Amino acid sequence: MQDRIRIILAKLGLDGHDRGIKVVARILRDAGMEVIYLGLRQTTAGIVTAALEEDADAVGLSMHNAGHLTLAPAMVKALREADLNIPVIIGGIIPDEDRERLTEAGVAAVLGPGASAEEVVQAVRQAVARQSDGGAS
Amino acid sequence: MSSAAVDSAESAAAARARWEAACQATPTRAVPFETMSGVPVDGVYGDPPFPGQFPYTRGIHPAMYRSRLWTMRMFAGFGTALDTNRRFRELLKHGGTGLSTAFDMPTLMGRDSDSPWSLGEVGRAGVAVDTLADVEDLFRDIDLSRVSTSMTINGPAAVLLAMYIVAAEKTGVVPEQLSGTIQNDILKEYQAQKEYIYPPRPSMRIITDMIRYTTAHMPRWHPISISGYHIREAGSTAAQELAFTLANGFAYVEAAIAAGEDVNAFGRRLSFFFNSHLDFFEEIGKLRAARRIWARWMKDHYGATNEKAWMCRFHTQTAGVSLTAQQPENNIARVAIQALAAVLGGTQSLHTDSYDEAMALPSEKAVRIALRTQQIVAHETGVTNVADPLGGAPFVEWMTDEMERQAEAVFAHLLELGDGSILEGVFQGIENGYFVGEIADAAYRYEREVNSGRRIVVGVNRFTEGNDETDVNLLRIEEDTERDQLERLARVKSERNDRAVQEALEGVTRTARDPSANLMPAILTAVREYATVEEIGTAMEQVFGRYVERAVV
Repeated sequence: MQDRIRIILAKLGLDGHDRGIKVVARILRDAGMEVIYLGLRQTTAGIVTAALEEDADAVGLSMHNAGHLTLAPAMVKALREADLNIPVIIGGIIPDEDRERLTEAGVAAVLGPGASAEEVVQAVRQAVARQSDGGAS
Repeated sequence: MSSAAVDSAESAAAARARWEAACQATPTRAVPFETMSGVPVDGVYGDPPFPGQFPYTRGIHPAMYRSRLWTMRMFAGFGTALDTNRRFRELLKHGGTGLSTAFDMPTLMGRDSDSPWSLGEVGRAGVAVDTLADVEDLFRDIDLSRVSTSMTINGPAAVLLAMYIVAAEKTGVVPEQLSGTIQNDILKEYQAQKEYIYPPRPSMRIITDMIRYTTAHMPRWHPISISGYHIREAGSTAAQELAFTLANGFAYVEAAIAAGEDVNAFGRRLSFFFNSHLDFFEEIGKLRAARRIWARWMKDHYGATNEKAWMCRFHTQTAGVSLTAQQPENNIARVAIQALAAVLGGTQSLHTDSYDEAMALPSEKAVRIALRTQQIVAHETGVTNVADPLGGAPFVEWMTDEMERQAEAVFAHLLELGDGSILEGVFQGIENGYFVGEIADAAYRYEREVNSGRRIVVGVNRFTEGNDETDVNLLRIEEDTERDQLERLARVKSERNDRAVQEALEGVTRTARDPSANLMPAILTAVREYATVEEIGTAMEQVFGRYVERAVV
């Protein structure tokens, strides 16, 4: 596995709630990761481009607008179409019952409200490790 | 009001006599003002200035809730306009006394449902509105001359206000009869909520146009609700919420004065919107301080002479961010405490959050419990019998002073940034990242405290037994909402007069180019032709441009 995880964080679509993602950015940075925060109103295409340019290990999205069932799978699909086999992790207001559908759509981890800093860091590390293993096998 | 009325040398007895006279002039509710054990209670206790007296620390009305309870205004909106219309009628049937509309993200951002940006977000976090036809459906079978309506919209506020005016017109209700509030507070969007369209300066022009239009034609309408709620939800402290909100208020006042408006005329139509969080006394102190600061600044800095323009009247909503997904039923207790703080802080209207909001949009049952919580505070606890019942308590007065002191320090900083102008200071603070930086720091500090266990959150970092037992029925937005709305929009577009739409949109662009013209009449014309929210927004964007925030962590 690579030494330092590089993760892209972004708000996909129109949702402007950025408290959570900014806190997560600092948590991941404090945990030694390299965080590239793209900001608000990003598109899947823009995130794919950034992931390629930045040679990112993972993409983290924050969703508070109940659009996750459409947007998160669209993100996974866009990455795969660009031959980027990196994990997508999402956080925000995500009902438990949606987790299965998101996992089926290829989302690597789902972090709900109240996830602790350790849980966030662990989820990213594990998702990156799993994907690297999966890629090697 | 005589000048003696604001003279600090007025004797306590004279102030009391004046308070009694003011109370007698207002009718009281037909309920006994006594304790549960039958002990009669007075309408106020303690020292002057009394409620209804400058600087209104103790409340803007002399008798407060003895004369009239706060408006129980529940925020609602999801799916299509017809879905939300059903929820509205349900709320009115259950004793709600005002409507409050939540729009979906595309509408808030000025995008139509058929825009590529809107994919997956149509009707999700609020109701989808594309054209006048949707607003007509939204308020179908509701008498708009009798309910007061609040619309939470900022970037495209002028368009939605125009749609509301025309929808009412079509049922025979004229603008003069309409009562309600449109949020229309763009400054806090750059600071906290991030639902902006145009850059700050042209946005202020649109708002000034709306203030002028409503001051002239809609005497019962509040053209702006200056909102700290979102600043707090984004992570600010209570004092930052207070300070940034009032500073934004001063900025609007300065902009309107610069546009030649009379501070007395529009000042009385301004209203505020605060958060009620969990630190009980800090919240009460914050709300009391808000009234005092506003009154002093309006009178001393801006020269308002009408006492209505001194009064800080506000809506309060309990803190959505305080709700936990763990053991969600506990949120009912949190909301009750926050509601009580809002009432003891003297709010004019209140929205109580539903316990399931950390997981999804509120379900009908959760909304009902939240409304019932207000009704319990109003009718069972006795706190409505006395105006400002906590006034004079040493800790409450100290907290009020402390909140004011912290806010004044922020105003001093902004005045320095803006070279003597709060409006300029706020623009500078937006441009240099002052507001977003302060808020992000406070949010991160709070998160670290929760993570380290220094701050206890029940069910999250302590007392977690039972976290797996939750069985909550969440509201699901049907997958076909988006399809229904797209079909509806296509139908409206096919039925309208394209040429008239085009001409009306050109009129909007032309008006936008002329800074001395008011945009409202041109927008009203476009709305009547069923131009969409995005079309009208784009017509203005051609002149105003679009705002993009620097991504800073």
